Amino acid sequence: MAAITVTGLRRSYGDKVVLDGVDLDVDEGTIFALLGPNGAGKTTMVQILSTLIQPDAGELHVGGHDVVHEPDAVRGVIGVTGQFSAVDGLLTGEENLAMMADLCHLDRAAGRSRIELLLADFDLVDAARKPVSTYSGGMRRRLGLPPALVGGPPPLLPPSPPTGLDPRSRRTMWHIIRDLVAGGVTIFLTTQYLEEADQLADRVAVLDRGTLVAQGTPAELKRLVPGGHVRLKLRDADEFEYAIRVLDPPVHDAEALAIQVPSDGSVRSLRALLDRLDHSSVEVDELSVHLPGLDDVFLALTSGVRP
Amino acid sequence: MTAFAHARRDSLTMLRRNLRHARRYPALTFSTIALPVIFLLLFVYVFGGTLGDGLGGVTGGRAEYANYVVPGILVMGVAGAAQGTAIGVAMDMTEGIIARFRTMAIFRPSVLTGHVLGSVIQTMLSLVVVVAISLAVGLRPNATALEWLAAAGVLTMITVAVVWLSVALGMVTRSVETASNLPMPLLLLPFMGSGFVPTDSMPAAMRWFADYQPFTPVIETLRGLLLGTGIGNDAWLAAGWSLAIGLVGFVWSIVLYNRDPTA
Ligand SMILES: Nc1ncnc2c1ncn2[C@@H]1O[C@H](COP(=O)(O)OP(=O)(O)OP(=O)(O)O)[C@@H](O)[C@H]1O
Repeated sequence: MAAITVTGLRRSYGDKVVLDGVDLDVDEGTIFALLGPNGAGKTTMVQILSTLIQPDAGELHVGGHDVVHEPDAVRGVIGVTGQFSAVDGLLTGEENLAMMADLCHLDRAAGRSRIELLLADFDLVDAARKPVSTYSGGMRRRLGLPPALVGGPPPLLPPSPPTGLDPRSRRTMWHIIRDLVAGGVTIFLTTQYLEEADQLADRVAVLDRGTLVAQGTPAELKRLVPGGHVRLKLRDADEFEYAIRVLDPPVHDAEALAIQVPSDGSVRSLRALLDRLDHSSVEVDELSVHLPGLDDVFLALTSGVRP
Repeated sequence: MTAFAHARRDSLTMLRRNLRHARRYPALTFSTIALPVIFLLLFVYVFGGTLGDGLGGVTGGRAEYANYVVPGILVMGVAGAAQGTAIGVAMDMTEGIIARFRTMAIFRPSVLTGHVLGSVIQTMLSLVVVVAISLAVGLRPNATALEWLAAAGVLTMITVAVVWLSVALGMVTRSVETASNLPMPLLLLPFMGSGFVPTDSMPAAMRWFADYQPFTPVIETLRGLLLGTGIGNDAWLAAGWSLAIGLVGFVWSIVLYNRDPTA
């Protein structure tokens, strides 16, 4: 089932068209990442999905509710985090969560135990009693997600992703996010950080100047751009010479006894390559597939020049 | 839970938030305690001797003026609440937390009702302090317990009204500086009314304004309740003005809060 469906979404600020006919679907229990350069319209998109602002045109449903006509029903099923949905700097971390528990209408005992759990999960126990304004950047970011989770995992959660965390916190965060998704939560994240999208997302869409220029799994997207190759490491100098004669690779490295054959990384092209190697009896020591990163996809698909 | 129970619970949650802010960042304290007290001391000890003689009472002098000026000083505290509230609201609206509240299934105006309740409670506490200091500098009221209660009622009424208006003023601009300047005229109103000198000592045009502006009936009603001067229909006028100002502020605030936050 689709947790989010968007068709023909348009939105302008004055004369400036920010979203120009966007269509997308996000399945329940999956992670969807919206990529795009600065000013592409990602924030605007999330603001519309989370009922903060109105679209000019388009059909939008979140959790089965119409975003324009039933905003309160939508608000009941989403949890929002990120830059434009911060925490209260004058309150402590714990007070922030307690406030969210109250606003989710939890009873005291349920709220308390939920908060203790979240503080522990996100490694915030020591900081809980300090005002958020005194937190370090990383602590603040760790506190980004919990307020959206106090009311119990929301069926839908469009967070900006946890960026700027140290590797350990980031791993914990990814782990928590994957757990949430395993429990049926849908995640819609917007990012310029491709590693995050690559690691987390089931599907990725690339937004550029208000339209989606590509959509698919991270692997599918990577196949859209050139730069993928298979690297073969040969056993010795003789095999190396032989392989170069047989395969005529554009790139080779005599010192490492390695050659690079262009490939889109699909099973079909790998099978063809292996058949050729078998056929000519080239002895390969090691084979590794190198796909272009989402960085390459991003650079190839988006226009780069910002107005 | 019913819609009403939600509205009440969410408003109380926001009130708690507001009072926590007040404890850590007591913006209202200056404008509702320090400001009126400074003017009280100034007017009683610097101008009071001369002004008191001009009142034409039996005793005259500083002692009489101390009694005369206190209602105006109290109303000044109320006007001070306007500035503190407008600043608080303007600061709040620039914070991301408000966006988060807008994406939650809560009683939408609770952010505003929290501010209003918080400001009114703080202002009332401040006014208690101001009254205590007034008693120390020579206020000699002859009010009964019931009259004290009525005076508190009148002050609460006008405070609620002024605070709703200043919530709107805090939202209508997008900068904290402008928000702090907008309620400035309110601080001057007690001077251009019967707060510091009787209106019949003023030139005709000024006197007309002073007699018909909203704070004058409030000041006259307080004076009557605390000191036993005549109230006449000032109590009704005070109630009417409070209702009108409060209603305008309330409706304006709700409209402003519901507009597109990026428009
Ligand atoms: N309130 C506003 N008024 C006018 N224009 C706006 C407003 N908000 C956003 N825009 C414009 O809309 C465009 C898209 O902005 P948006 O914030 O959605 O982009 P984004 O993809 O989130 O960018 P970033 O990665 O920098 O956060 C930008 O060109 C921006 O200037």
